[in-house]
Amino acid sequence: MTDNNKSSEPQPKPDSGQTLIDELNKTMDGGVWQNSLRSALYPILAVFTGLVIGGIFIALTTEEVYAAFRESIFAGLGESWRTIAVAYRALFVGAIGNPAEIAAAIGAADWVAFQDAIDPFLESLVTSTPLIFAGLGVALGFRTGLFNIGAEGQLFIGATTATWVGYTFTGLPAIIHIPLALLAGFIGGGLWGYIPGWLKAKTGGHEVINTIMMNFIAIRLVEWLLRTRMQDPESQNPISPFIADSAFLPSLPFSRFHIGFFIALIFAWLTWWYLFRTKWGFTLRTVGTNPNAARYAGMNIVRATVTAMFLSGGLAGLAGANEILGLNHRLVASFTSGIGFDSIALALLGKNHPVGVVLAAILFGTLRNGATQMQLDAGIPIDIISIVQALVLAFIAAPAIVRTIYRLRDTGDDGQLVTNSWG
Amino acid sequence: MSEKPVLELKGITKRFPGVLANDHIDLTLGKGEVHALLGENGAGKSTLMNILYGLYQPTEGEIFVNGEKVQIDSPSDSIAAGIGMVHQHFMLIPVFTVTENVMLGEEEVSAGGFLKRREAAKKITELSNRFGLDVDPNALVGDLPVGVQQRVEIIKLLYRDANILIFDEPTAVLTPQEADSLFEIMQLLIDQGKSIIFITHKLREVLDYADRITVIRRGKVIGSTVPAEADPAKLAEMMVGRAVDLDVDRNPPQVGEVVLSVKDLLVVDDQEQAAVDHVSFELHAGEILGVAGIQGNGQTELVEAITGMGKVDGGTITLLGQPVQNKPPRFITELGSAHIPEDRQRDGVVADFPIVDNLALQSYYMEPFSKGVIMQEDVMRENATKLVEQFDVRTPTIDTSVGSLSGGNQQKVIVAREFTRDIKFLVAAQPTRGIDVGSIEYIHGQIVEKRDAGVAVLLVSTELDEVMQLSDRIAVMFDGRVTAMVDARQVTKEQVGLLMAGTTAEELFGKGETQND
Amino acid sequence: MTASTLNTATTQPPTFRNYFNRQRILGIVFLLLAFGIWYIFAQGLGDIAESKEIDVSEVITTFKLPLSSQPGDLFNWELSSSPVLTVLAMAAAFLGGVQLWRGFGRYANWVLAIVIGLFIFAFLTWGAAGKSLNLGGLLSATLVRAVPITLGAMSGILSERAGIVNIAIEGMMLTGAMVGVFAGSIAKLWLPDSVFAGMLEEKGLLILGLCFGLVCAMLAGMLLSAVHAVLSIRYKINQIVSGTVINIFAVGFTSYLSARFLQKYQEYNNPGTFRPFELPILSDIPILGPIFFRHNIFVYSMFIIIIVLHIALYYTRWGLRLRSVGEHPKAADTLGINVIRTRWMAVLLSGAMAGFAGGYFTLGSVPRFDEGLTAGRGFIGLAAMIFGNWNPIGSFGASILFGFTDALQTKLAILKLPIPSEFLLMIPYIATMVILAGVVGKGQMPAADGQPYDKE
Repeated sequence: MTDNNKSSEPQPKPDSGQTLIDELNKTMDGGVWQNSLRSALYPILAVFTGLVIGGIFIALTTEEVYAAFRESIFAGLGESWRTIAVAYRALFVGAIGNPAEIAAAIGAADWVAFQDAIDPFLESLVTSTPLIFAGLGVALGFRTGLFNIGAEGQLFIGATTATWVGYTFTGLPAIIHIPLALLAGFIGGGLWGYIPGWLKAKTGGHEVINTIMMNFIAIRLVEWLLRTRMQDPESQNPISPFIADSAFLPSLPFSRFHIGFFIALIFAWLTWWYLFRTKWGFTLRTVGTNPNAARYAGMNIVRATVTAMFLSGGLAGLAGANEILGLNHRLVASFTSGIGFDSIALALLGKNHPVGVVLAAILFGTLRNGATQMQLDAGIPIDIISIVQALVLAFIAAPAIVRTIYRLRDTGDDGQLVTNSWG
Repeated sequence: MSEKPVLELKGITKRFPGVLANDHIDLTLGKGEVHALLGENGAGKSTLMNILYGLYQPTEGEIFVNGEKVQIDSPSDSIAAGIGMVHQHFMLIPVFTVTENVMLGEEEVSAGGFLKRREAAKKITELSNRFGLDVDPNALVGDLPVGVQQRVEIIKLLYRDANILIFDEPTAVLTPQEADSLFEIMQLLIDQGKSIIFITHKLREVLDYADRITVIRRGKVIGSTVPAEADPAKLAEMMVGRAVDLDVDRNPPQVGEVVLSVKDLLVVDDQEQAAVDHVSFELHAGEILGVAGIQGNGQTELVEAITGMGKVDGGTITLLGQPVQNKPPRFITELGSAHIPEDRQRDGVVADFPIVDNLALQSYYMEPFSKGVIMQEDVMRENATKLVEQFDVRTPTIDTSVGSLSGGNQQKVIVAREFTRDIKFLVAAQPTRGIDVGSIEYIHGQIVEKRDAGVAVLLVSTELDEVMQLSDRIAVMFDGRVTAMVDARQVTKEQVGLLMAGTTAEELFGKGETQND
Repeated sequence: MTASTLNTATTQPPTFRNYFNRQRILGIVFLLLAFGIWYIFAQGLGDIAESKEIDVSEVITTFKLPLSSQPGDLFNWELSSSPVLTVLAMAAAFLGGVQLWRGFGRYANWVLAIVIGLFIFAFLTWGAAGKSLNLGGLLSATLVRAVPITLGAMSGILSERAGIVNIAIEGMMLTGAMVGVFAGSIAKLWLPDSVFAGMLEEKGLLILGLCFGLVCAMLAGMLLSAVHAVLSIRYKINQIVSGTVINIFAVGFTSYLSARFLQKYQEYNNPGTFRPFELPILSDIPILGPIFFRHNIFVYSMFIIIIVLHIALYYTRWGLRLRSVGEHPKAADTLGINVIRTRWMAVLLSGAMAGFAGGYFTLGSVPRFDEGLTAGRGFIGLAAMIFGNWNPIGSFGASILFGFTDALQTKLAILKLPIPSEFLLMIPYIATMVILAGVVGKGQMPAADGQPYDKE
């Protein structure tokens, strides 16, 4: 390419992933939430704005609203308000339960009623769990300057390897079987990230395209496995056998809530510790922020790239393993989730910081879960959440939009380069 | 100079956030004149020219072309006004042919917008012949040597009938031969009625080729003169703001044993040219070996080879008894070497990381910064607090990101990090490029101090003064080779300058006295 | 897509690279393919012969080819499998040898296409040995399957040649598909009662409605690409993030509207489709006519678009400026070219193209919208673009390859191959990764692809 023309193009070509990291890491220097209120301001405004626009969108796509507008403008506005209110109320109740019911259950000390009342909340956490894992994976990649857009495929492979361990090894105690299955999920997803990582490090093949290709390959591979090696002998369909009971993640007796959520939190802490407290994490972050300086400082960029992609894929693989061990207990060919792209939004919303990612994942898991109720109560398709999510991501990526809307002052901390020489 | 000037700038001011890059600059260019704009790096020369070329808009000021006021909001306006510019970093597209590069933006097309390449190529050949440029219109620009690429840039201006030509540091990337032929071309251009503004920081070129000289410092015009009346010392003083007498107090060297030995080193660049061409030298403990040379004569590749950041294609490098050619940077660092990199922003610091992290960049993985795999933040902070104090880094806090510091302070961070490790060998590449005078003095002092403590120092600089002041011995690099190795006390600045310009040691000193080694 | 390393610092062993340059690697690849033809396919005939209890030389491959546009008018092309495979292997080996020995220079890409063609033909000869295969149908289907991929690749070329990475083609296609259905259905419902009813007969009305749907599909793609332009040009956010925003949005938006309206009111989800029509004279050519000239408007448009885009990119002022902006925007700026405006135009055209590709799904294939019906074709289009070196004709070749595996999927049951079909279907993806790894030479990616343009 332009290599043979150094003189006219002296700047090293910044990679898109690289520029992104430059843009993002500027605000957060890791470690602590410096001035947490300010760093949370933009995400909060972004989510709020996203929900407002989502509400307007709901009103715009409701026939009753148009009917009301035909009567009068006030009727129309009233109907719009009513539609949005109904929808978001259903969303809220579906997401975290009806506060009145919860209070009543506590007041009456009615254990069964309490279980029912908080079930939506627990269900939200269940929905959030894979998002946490996958979001952490993508964030770890971003920190190293890598754009892992293939969480979907890594998740799929992780689910497959975890399933295989889940039904192949029987008679193990749960305390061994569960970690083993999780490890299998981690390694499976990790390998699926390792390949594009290796290609990136050794040949420069861009990880965005390669991870997308790996997604397609994963789908074909698992289709084949479920048709042959991993097919449940008692089924005609491409479906795996059930995993052994010993590999089930323990769950609450009255809910689908399982310990996967806590495992996700543990991994969030591990990711944070790894990135900000170990020398390995320091290496990764340096490579992600300035690969030239990393090389100058004697860091092994190939190893860092490969490691980061392996860990990133591994975390996504855990998301898949978590779903199998905690909820589905078997693998079906249609096991897709759309988590792959969502996790990019989560990583960016959480500013690539594990704490931020956990909060973002819980937020979107909650919204997504609440939307199921909204679909039942108000007939609003659950996909509204994807729309909101896209809007939030846009606002996070381009803080200038949020600034324009809310007339905020530009504090100059969203990626303006400071250069010194004007000569 | 009786006719009215072809170009006149009045009170041009450009304010960037926090920087006053141009401060009420006045400048006139007469017809057929070569007007040199002299100034240090960062003095505001390029900013001024970018304003003239429409890439920046001035905060204040007016521009007159042939006596008429013009409003230049974009390069198109500038081109329309007959102004053309050869940029320091060429504005050429490597995968396009010469013709495509030249015609871009000024395409001749037939009906339907189809390019008339053949007509354009013909015109280019004509221009090329008329001005002795010798450019093949059908060649891919990426395949051409730098000197020819520059001629393509000149053709771009001529193709647009530009009468005012701006050359921004045109010789920075050229070999002396290429530079000479450039000046011949410039003379031809003048003969054909063009006028030239010529930006540089090299005194010799200004004195030899300019009709008039304007010196700029810190965004202000310091003065104007003609070569006949100028003397180099005075010009240099105008440029840097005080008598250039930066002599560093230092004792004679206490030379110890050989620390670095380079034998027959060969580095081949992307274009399969020998960037470092069979270079050999030895460096002893307690001495400073200065490598002088014009930018692009292989110094960068030499440093990269020695520090492990670039490949070695032949020969050996022995550092402290160990062969280090093609060894990873960390191996070389751990032997006890320190490196002030040429491109501070790119290699030396992680601009987005706080000072604390940057000060630990070379040894973060070792005790005391890491115990096992866990980084010791307390130790790092303590270290940072100490070094910021000791090396006088001007910063609000140690958590400030290095990118927000001034160039001089960034360099101090690097020096602090490199010099406080236990080192026996130091490579300082362009250690004072683009930083303030106070920091320069400080860093020079630090380097000499290291030498006196017995460290072997390889100083690579394109600033001749710096090499002269600090070095005990001077190796001159020209076209990838070390063309002379001289004792710094026994040569004059002029002699080294001639060597840098390609004069051989034999020509200069006669046979037998070339090597003091 | 930025194919250069993130870590510019990564060093590669120079000697290896220097020795195994593109010429030699391509030669080795050709020889490997030749060996594959001989070892896997020609030798594989033995098993087939054994199972039929005949001699290898008696194995016959029958390809059915169309003689005229009459559906049943097929011609049985019977080939003696073994000698054909031997000849194919020798031809590939010869080309490989010449490539190794002195190279084909600038024709290397064409030779590569020929060798891949030989390999595929050998594969089919072997796969259909002892059976018969409707080759005409397969090729015709390949062409049809290649349409959305090619159009997606063209969409990518338009924007990436101007330096804007567009991974949102998938989302734009999806949106185009849905909007196309919706607008087309509305037009279909409305047109019979409108003034046009008097002017056109029924068929004309249908086509008019479909065209309206197609235009709306393109506008929808354009609207989304305008968002991409705002985010990545105006606000300079990372172009992959911006593309991701649009993809997430498009999936949500189309699924939402589909669930809320299209499922409920099926009459808004049924625009009809563009019917295939025969090009006069051309369609009468035996074999070629029925394969190439019996399609609907999308296939013909595809050919026109490829040619027009190729000429426009390389032979016009428009193309020169577009490419300059993608290679070195600052240089273009210094020559008075408006970088921002050029990039905007390129991105909008890219969106319109993606919307057009989306229209294929619902107006040219199956006349209804279902969630996620594009099934990743936009991403495959991107892969084809890289495969084809950001060049319209090369990308079309790559799309044909992708379309072929797609079409083959439906024929696999007939062929009963000893390789699991899933692995065959993986080949294009793996091939893309191999290409991206630079094994057969690095592509000429636009140098400023993915970089926002900052004036100062």
